[in-house]
Amino acid sequence: MTAIFRGVARRGPAALLTAASILSTGLTACAGSGPPYTLKNITGLVQPLDFRLTDQDDQAVTAGDYRHDLVLLYFGYTQCPDECPTTLTTLANALHTLGPEAVHVRVLFVSVDPQRDTTAVLKRYVNNFGPEFVGLRPDQAELTELSKRYRIAYHYEKPDQYGNYEVDHSSAVFIFDRDGRARLLALSGNTAQQVASDLRRLLASS
Amino acid sequence: MSPLVTDLRYLLPWQFSPTIFITCAVTVTLYVRGLIALGRGADRVGFWRAFTFLLGVALSYAMLQTYVDYLSAHMFWIHRFQHLIVHHIGPVLIVLAAPERVLRAGIPAGLRGVRIAAWIRRPMQLVFRLIQHPLIAPTLFVGLIFFWLTPSIHFTAMIDTRRYNLMNWSMLADGLLFWWLMLAPRQVQGTAAIGYGTRLVLLSLVAIPQLLLGAYITLHDTPLYDIYAICGRAWAVSPLYDQQIGGLLTWIPAAMMSLVGILVVLHHILHDPEASAPRRNLGSSVQPANSG
Repeated sequence: MTAIFRGVARRGPAALLTAASILSTGLTACAGSGPPYTLKNITGLVQPLDFRLTDQDDQAVTAGDYRHDLVLLYFGYTQCPDECPTTLTTLANALHTLGPEAVHVRVLFVSVDPQRDTTAVLKRYVNNFGPEFVGLRPDQAELTELSKRYRIAYHYEKPDQYGNYEVDHSSAVFIFDRDGRARLLALSGNTAQQVASDLRRLLASS
Repeated sequence: MSPLVTDLRYLLPWQFSPTIFITCAVTVTLYVRGLIALGRGADRVGFWRAFTFLLGVALSYAMLQTYVDYLSAHMFWIHRFQHLIVHHIGPVLIVLAAPERVLRAGIPAGLRGVRIAAWIRRPMQLVFRLIQHPLIAPTLFVGLIFFWLTPSIHFTAMIDTRRYNLMNWSMLADGLLFWWLMLAPRQVQGTAAIGYGTRLVLLSLVAIPQLLLGAYITLHDTPLYDIYAICGRAWAVSPLYDQQIGGLLTWIPAAMMSLVGILVVLHHILHDPEASAPRRNLGSSVQPANSG
């Protein structure tokens, strides 16, 4: 009896969920043109690029300053032990694969830990990854605003005895086209090759 | 900032929604006006009845327009808790309070005589009849849960503010419609009324897919909803732990609400003279004929 219940519990809802998935994929597939991107398509779902922040050279910058470039927006912090360096390395490799076209791409690294990430710290950090990388420092109010706009979360862990703490944060890279529209989402599972080929397509189409 | 001020900030909306704010404000204003209008006479509304209604509205508002709203966008189990309130518990409390009479009494005198034009009223009545059909209403009730929990749709609902708002609105509106159809006494429902026996069957039936879906989510051994890892969780918990708690909230309390509903309907049957004793009514209507 329990086995039957389990069996139905495992398959019944799964079948319904799959049917609904197929239906929704069908609907989205009809809307786009050309073969689907490898990265997650978020066209029309996420708000356009918009912010006012301080860059690594202590200059006030806005989203408008990066118009005409493809923008890769990523939230992290310089003391991040694993996720940020891995993601930024993948992006650096993707830009390397792009070659000369990479001059039209900007990676904006927004700190979720502005208390420790001063602009000088940010500058030293992003320079490790390449000239296309820009460190941006929000104040707490600007960070809250950004987290609402892009629906991301960050959370400060309890500091240890030396005052060091970790920050839990989003893992996705939001990719905006040259008109500032949100287009793709690179996830932690994506390879540099996949990112590069989709960036190339976006560059060609805009 | 003082701790009190910091705590109060949790009561403010994370993303202010004028529609939710205005809807709740108008509803509560009408209700309080109605309470005052009905006064302390024979028509007066009991304390617990008014309390139940206002609690239902307050809980639903709190789920959508306080810090809970932020948490539910960034933690699966809090999202499930939010929907348990806006689709089940909040609407049940509101419907149990039978607020129709009070709300009507709260309408300002100037607006009471206003008639809605037929070309607006008729299509609205048609849509209402359709979604309150005894087969469509329960399908919609369960279907919406499955729809928004389909992983690819869940992803878009969590990343797109408009879809997110649509999701929460659809759950609240459907919760009110469904539970009103199931729990409001027949006399109140008028032409839309469905029999108490049918309601017992429907309430039992809607529990089953909810049980199965909850069990499926709880027992699934890989994360089904990647959005929470992609956009970040409100605090650090393991994705599977989050999913299991969320699955249990879909599984047990949601389905238990059917049992609550069945008890309410049984109460109606016992206290409704028409429902429990149609024959006696028939007999009493025959009597005068005999005597005359």
